Amino acid sequence: MSTTATPLRTLTAKDLASDQEVRWCPGCGDYSILAQMKKALAPLGIPREKMVFVSGIGCSSRFPYYMNTYGFHSIHGRAPSLATGLKASRPDLSVWVITGDGDGLSIGGNHLIHAIRRNVDLKIILFNNEIYGLTKGQYSPTSRVGTRTKSTPLGSIDNPLRPLSLAIGAEATFVARTVDVDIHHLSATLKRAAEHKGTAFVEVYQNCVIFNDGVFEYATDKNVKADTTLYLEHGKPLIFGKDRNKGIRLHGLDPEVVTLGSGITMDDLIIHDERAQEPSLAYLLSRMVHPQFPECIGVFRAVERPTYDDMLNKQIEDVIKVKGRGKLDELFASDDTWVVQ
Amino acid sequence: MSATVSNPPASGTKQPTNRVEELLSATIRLCGDSGDGMQLAGTQFTNTSAMFGNDIATFPDFPAEIRAPAGTLAGVSGFQVHFSSSDIHTPGDRLNALICMNPAALRTNVKDLESSGILIVNSDSFASGDLHKAGLKVNPLEDGSLKGFRLFKVPITTLNRNAVADIKLSTREADRCKNFFALGLVYWLYERPLEPTLKWIRDKFHKNPAVMEANARTLKAGYNYGETCEVMPVHYRVPRAQIKPGKYRKITGNEAITLGLVAAANIANIPLLYASYPITPASDILHGLSEMKRFGVRTIQAEDEIAAMGAALGASFGGALGVTATSGPGICLKSEAIGLAVMTELPTVIIDVQRGGPSTGLPTKTEQADLLQAMFGRNGECPAAILAPCSPADCFAMVFEAVRIAVSFMTPVFLLSDGYLANGAEPWLIPLASDLPRIQVKHPTEPNGNGNGHFLPYKRDDRLVRPWAVPGAAGLEHRIGGLEKEDITGNVSYDPANHEHMIRTRAKKIANIADDIPLLKVTGPEQGDLLVIGWGGTYGSILTAVERSVRKGLKVAHAHLRYLNPMPKNIGDVLKRYKKVLVPELNAGQLRMLLRAQFLVDAVGLNKIQGRPFLVSEIESKIHEMLG
Repeated sequence: MSTTATPLRTLTAKDLASDQEVRWCPGCGDYSILAQMKKALAPLGIPREKMVFVSGIGCSSRFPYYMNTYGFHSIHGRAPSLATGLKASRPDLSVWVITGDGDGLSIGGNHLIHAIRRNVDLKIILFNNEIYGLTKGQYSPTSRVGTRTKSTPLGSIDNPLRPLSLAIGAEATFVARTVDVDIHHLSATLKRAAEHKGTAFVEVYQNCVIFNDGVFEYATDKNVKADTTLYLEHGKPLIFGKDRNKGIRLHGLDPEVVTLGSGITMDDLIIHDERAQEPSLAYLLSRMVHPQFPECIGVFRAVERPTYDDMLNKQIEDVIKVKGRGKLDELFASDDTWVVQ
Repeated sequence: MSATVSNPPASGTKQPTNRVEELLSATIRLCGDSGDGMQLAGTQFTNTSAMFGNDIATFPDFPAEIRAPAGTLAGVSGFQVHFSSSDIHTPGDRLNALICMNPAALRTNVKDLESSGILIVNSDSFASGDLHKAGLKVNPLEDGSLKGFRLFKVPITTLNRNAVADIKLSTREADRCKNFFALGLVYWLYERPLEPTLKWIRDKFHKNPAVMEANARTLKAGYNYGETCEVMPVHYRVPRAQIKPGKYRKITGNEAITLGLVAAANIANIPLLYASYPITPASDILHGLSEMKRFGVRTIQAEDEIAAMGAALGASFGGALGVTATSGPGICLKSEAIGLAVMTELPTVIIDVQRGGPSTGLPTKTEQADLLQAMFGRNGECPAAILAPCSPADCFAMVFEAVRIAVSFMTPVFLLSDGYLANGAEPWLIPLASDLPRIQVKHPTEPNGNGNGHFLPYKRDDRLVRPWAVPGAAGLEHRIGGLEKEDITGNVSYDPANHEHMIRTRAKKIANIADDIPLLKVTGPEQGDLLVIGWGGTYGSILTAVERSVRKGLKVAHAHLRYLNPMPKNIGDVLKRYKKVLVPELNAGQLRMLLRAQFLVDAVGLNKIQGRPFLVSEIESKIHEMLG
């Protein structure tokens, strides 16, 4: 095997598969995410040796073992901090954070917020199954009120966090939602995340077949999903429905579902703008929850802002350009010195 | 220049001319309110004395609060300097001179002044309001309570204002200079040159000519007050010390750690990534390293202690040297992530600048009670290397060693410093970078897997060290993590026998470090009645106490541990050779516990847990007691 960079050839999805036996439960949504990740990354021209997957703890966090790249299965909630240190010192790497609704929003909430606000060039993929799977079925920060689990036999009482609202609140520069079983949309979204410069935050609706089966069925069932989901397209009006005759318009500051016809035309509808500088539109879309609203699927926001790792390294480069590289002997004598004969 | 003094000259009588006395050494302390500039004055005195040629050791002592209410006991800030014409190792037990800017400072510090010691007070700040804030009902300057000292009541506030009267300053700005008046007076008292401080004033305040002029003028006024006013009949001379020739600078422990890290990373030719969270008394290291961009040093002020350790570990995974520093509470927070560093066997340096605990404890007071936390403070059998510097300048050498051991053995390494070392200063013989030890770092470029093109991340060398393969190396892709792993392949494994094997292997790897560190040196008799053994910042006090005891004819041996895990190979033998072993520690007996447990020796402790260093006399007394 050559010791210089990978010879220029395109990777296949198979190249990205590790030799480890995949141990997720049969029917788990994670299999689909794994498959689409490999499909999305293979043609991007990033050498395999430059890819690093960092995870925390949870079923989602087993992900790195199944990719034939560099990987770090770290500790619960802390992957964004490892990834930040890694990317800051190795800006040449493609660094992915794989997390879940527990790992990323409970114990890891703080690190997630700070990675996002710094705009570290990381791709953060949060597998949201609204449950704690690995520890066998406790409720999570995204579980809907009233979820009955082992730790909440009478139903959970906490108001759930909406991952995208939180990410948008932290001013994430790339925010998207996709669905585990929507394989084309999933791989297209991962590709866009990979290509974004800055923190790319992707929420994946993921089905935990053992502990929370069907929680997203409203969004995946072919018979109903046209009316319960709204696919976002930049520059296009917000339209949904089996007959593409329903839309979202603004009523004051709130979204409102309307039916086209009877005086309501396309011109009344909100036009999606991924690149709006203010996150308000993206935030408004993230507040749309089933069943009152169709849930938005797609890229909510995609803006550019200098990245933490770029700025950190640029500060160093600029100082060296102006003052030159440091010399140890000069450094040691940098305070007042005196000589004893 | 008017003055109110205890003994005004009788008219017609010629006062004795000022006498000069030569001293081997002197210890002074400047203290006042936190806003009085005592740290600055003390630092200037130290720098001047060091440049003059004395050996110096310092002990700054400040409160945790940024600005406690002015004039109160809680707000007292002090700076102690011991300066000498001989080799010294401690900031001094008893004070020869105490300078107090207010009653609160007097009240908290006077007990440390030797009898007949020089006591200079700012008599202008002993009005009833000041006394009240200090909780005093009677004026100590008037009630005879200070008659055991040579008391000099100097109206420093007035004299300072007079000195700067014709410079355009507000009263508050003028009063802020009074620390320089006091400093000038003390310079006269100990025959210190003015020029180093005058130069500092010019450099620091060149953008503010009024303040620059005021400080310079009041410094000289204080000096002249001593010389001309004949208030103090004696002044002192502390000649230059016989110091090994070379180029010196003053250095504090935190400065030494900063320089040592930059040097080690530079010599090892690996990038340094330092991540930390501000915490007293370690924040200076973050500040210092943030200024090292010319050396390519990357610093991250993380959102919390855990993120800091995570960032350091992530950077190490990428081939950098990941370093973090904190104090006791931060080590608690970092423990899980440190465990991950142990499990993934990545080189990281974790600096603990220890302070009074437990919990929030005493943030600005020194202690050394985190040794057992460093040894055992993680779940499971989780060994890490532990080193501890013994003096401010030794922080350079030991942090350098920590880096060397971390990268040579693929392990996290603790460096246990403390508040006293961090802020204390001593002269440092500046080394040549080319004379420093070499550190070799090698990243593999080829798979190591028995010819099948695989890379085995846990295939160890004969010291049980695994290879440091780094992202970007083609063909070496692998995954590591916190789960137990099969040796050699690194695949996740729950196999019972493998787990025990891995536990013992990781432990053996740390034990193997003993082959790579110096043997423990003992000064004094090779065997005998008593060995005094310590670790960390107590070195100076213990050494001085042992030296004094030996001068009095006692047979005492002395050793000091700088490597605590593993300990030097010969320590078991050394301990056996003495009838009694004394372990002075600023904790309740942590090294003592380790020595007793590992070597079955009946070690006795001298334990002081007051947030202050040992006095030499405390250790000397114990030595005498143990030798009957």
